[in-house]
Amino acid sequence: MNSIHPNLHLTPLATAIPAWQGEVKAGDLQMICHKVAEGGGRLVALWARDLRESGFMLHVLLLNGKGLLCLNLPLSRDLLHYPDISRIFPAANRMQRAVFDLLGIRAHPAEDQRSWLRHAAWSADSFPLRKDFDEAASRSPLLNPLPPRAPLSNSLPQAGERTNEKGNLESLVEGANVCSPAESGTQTHDDYPFVRVEGQGVHEIAVGPVHAGIIEPGHFRFSVVGEKVLRLEERLGYTHKGVEKRFESLSLQQGAKLAGRVSGDSTVAYAWAYAMAAENIANVAPPDRALWLRALFLERERIANHLGDLGYLGNDVAFSFGFAQFWILKEQVLRNNATLFGHRYLMDAIIPGGVTAGLDEAGKQTLLAECAMLEREVRLLRSLYEEHAGVQDRFIGTGRVTPKLAAKLGLCGLAGRASSQCWDLRAQFASAPYGMLDVKMATHQNGDVAARVSVRFDELFESIRLQREIMANLIGGEDLAHPMTELPANGFGIGMVEGWRGEVMVAIHTDGKGGLDRVHPHDPSWQNWPVLEHAIMGNIVPDFPLINKSFNLSYSGHDL
Amino acid sequence: MYQIIKQIIKTGIKTEAALPPDDSMRLTPARLQQQILDVFGGALSIRLVDAGSCNGCELEIHAVNNAYYNLEGLGIKFVASPRHADMLLVTGPVSRHMEVALKRTYDATPDPKLVVAIGECACTGGMFSPTNSLGGKGESYATCGSVSNVIPVDVVVQGCPPTPAAIMQGILTAISAQKNL
Repeated sequence: MNSIHPNLHLTPLATAIPAWQGEVKAGDLQMICHKVAEGGGRLVALWARDLRESGFMLHVLLLNGKGLLCLNLPLSRDLLHYPDISRIFPAANRMQRAVFDLLGIRAHPAEDQRSWLRHAAWSADSFPLRKDFDEAASRSPLLNPLPPRAPLSNSLPQAGERTNEKGNLESLVEGANVCSPAESGTQTHDDYPFVRVEGQGVHEIAVGPVHAGIIEPGHFRFSVVGEKVLRLEERLGYTHKGVEKRFESLSLQQGAKLAGRVSGDSTVAYAWAYAMAAENIANVAPPDRALWLRALFLERERIANHLGDLGYLGNDVAFSFGFAQFWILKEQVLRNNATLFGHRYLMDAIIPGGVTAGLDEAGKQTLLAECAMLEREVRLLRSLYEEHAGVQDRFIGTGRVTPKLAAKLGLCGLAGRASSQCWDLRAQFASAPYGMLDVKMATHQNGDVAARVSVRFDELFESIRLQREIMANLIGGEDLAHPMTELPANGFGIGMVEGWRGEVMVAIHTDGKGGLDRVHPHDPSWQNWPVLEHAIMGNIVPDFPLINKSFNLSYSGHDL
Repeated sequence: MYQIIKQIIKTGIKTEAALPPDDSMRLTPARLQQQILDVFGGALSIRLVDAGSCNGCELEIHAVNNAYYNLEGLGIKFVASPRHADMLLVTGPVSRHMEVALKRTYDATPDPKLVVAIGECACTGGMFSPTNSLGGKGESYATCGSVSNVIPVDVVVQGCPPTPAAIMQGILTAISAQKNL
């Protein structure tokens, strides 16, 4: 790693996977990124933090075949910009814009300076992650304060109250009409400058933020000719709920709960990454038993999500049999989670220092029976999917991302592996306990919906195998956790876990008293959302839900 | 085709007959089915609005459509547009970026309409709000807190995330209250 650039002096970073960090000068940043990209490396995350009088610190986290490389670029308060790296790593574009929205430091001279996470919740000249951010002064008031609430209908209103209740409702509706964006001062929600496609017969379809299905909110702007999509532009940030700011006022333990709610479908991955970062700072090693249990939880999360997605992918091609079958299997996994570990999605099962739930002999038998059942059923369902001409007709060739494009754009995780991007932390940088499991990476070269389905099936079988192996290694009796109360002062730790969607990263910086100064969770969706815009090009509009589902990216994990 | 039919027959009917009893509701699916018929002609339509949740509640709302809970078997289904809906299910601490969209969705839903807030965040602002409480505001620079800060709410279903059974109870509770209005 040290040979990347003469000015780059690296020190090892204590993490569960090989990692180094080093301070860089602004003038060297692009050259170093270029070298890493040339060597097949890619961008994992980009974030910054406010150091008050000493300015700001920008962190660029890269990954190559040897491990992680964290570049730290100090910025003085009177020079609030840094060299743009989005030409080297296209995925940096939105991350750089988000850094500006939250901290007010800009990539220069980046072409795209549109706001990304900020819509209208706070003003353009205030920055939530700065330490002097005045929350009350910068935020717009609630657009339409409600009149006193009607009683909840749990308590049934009496006959005489009827007019009251109704009148109240009507006035609320009128009130709601008043709050059109135009009347809420400078706050406009609809003025994002989308790129327009012009030409004969081109029209736009605007979708969202409230979608037609049971999905998270986001806006998609399609430019189409007839049924064919010429261009898709995404507008995200609708679920921005101030997660990173919220971390600043939480204790280590509360932070673990919040980390588990960055993206609800990846709660195990986030909680583990957070715990890993904290343990690295404090130099605490959780008990072996806890590590085995964490791996068990992570594989169960992968199994549950893959089962759900495979069901929905069937549903999206009008094969509702697939939905019914896969969701029966998923429900059984979730119910076993609730019975054995106390939560259907395993929220709060991982804490800094260990885990909160163990597994006894009876529980092992339950899970072994579940493994056998899943293996049998999924094998049968896979053959039904593969033999169904209608299903395969919709899957094959749809939403293709070629390996070349995937490599250029930095596609990662499950979708990346379906386009020949061979990255899986569990196989390449196997931290405990994966080092003892010899994980087999599932890949495919076609990059279409069928490939992403195929990778899901392969990973399901591999996770079932891993689950069995983990249970064979899991011995009772040992402690579940070495409880941690606080972190050392001025620490920096990184945790990174291969979640079901891709690699989930959490970085923790502690302040002078060991409190959470800055926590940055990073979802693989940051890398993969822009690639979805390419995957849909040339496909027909009705295939978008299918393509979108085959990626199944997170909105909440991205919007923070 | 033979394999598919064989698998369907082998799977059998998974739908569970009764919800866990709850004294404050005192309802059973069978009686509720009658009430749904009375109020909505046997077809209650629901529109989900994720107003900023972490996606945890959505997972459980998906699950009410699986074979075990089979919400659609009670005549209740999810629709693609608020203009077709009788009820809004709303999740999440309402992010400020979703405030306008939520209000517009509420306005687009024809009267009479019901709103059920699903999940801890929708009820109180949850983990994302420094001052969360059921009656409180639960706001931050990025969120408006509970759903009831933004639109009127009929029923709240707490839990992080609430179980599918609890979500169904909430929906059914809202319908039973509507009948007595």
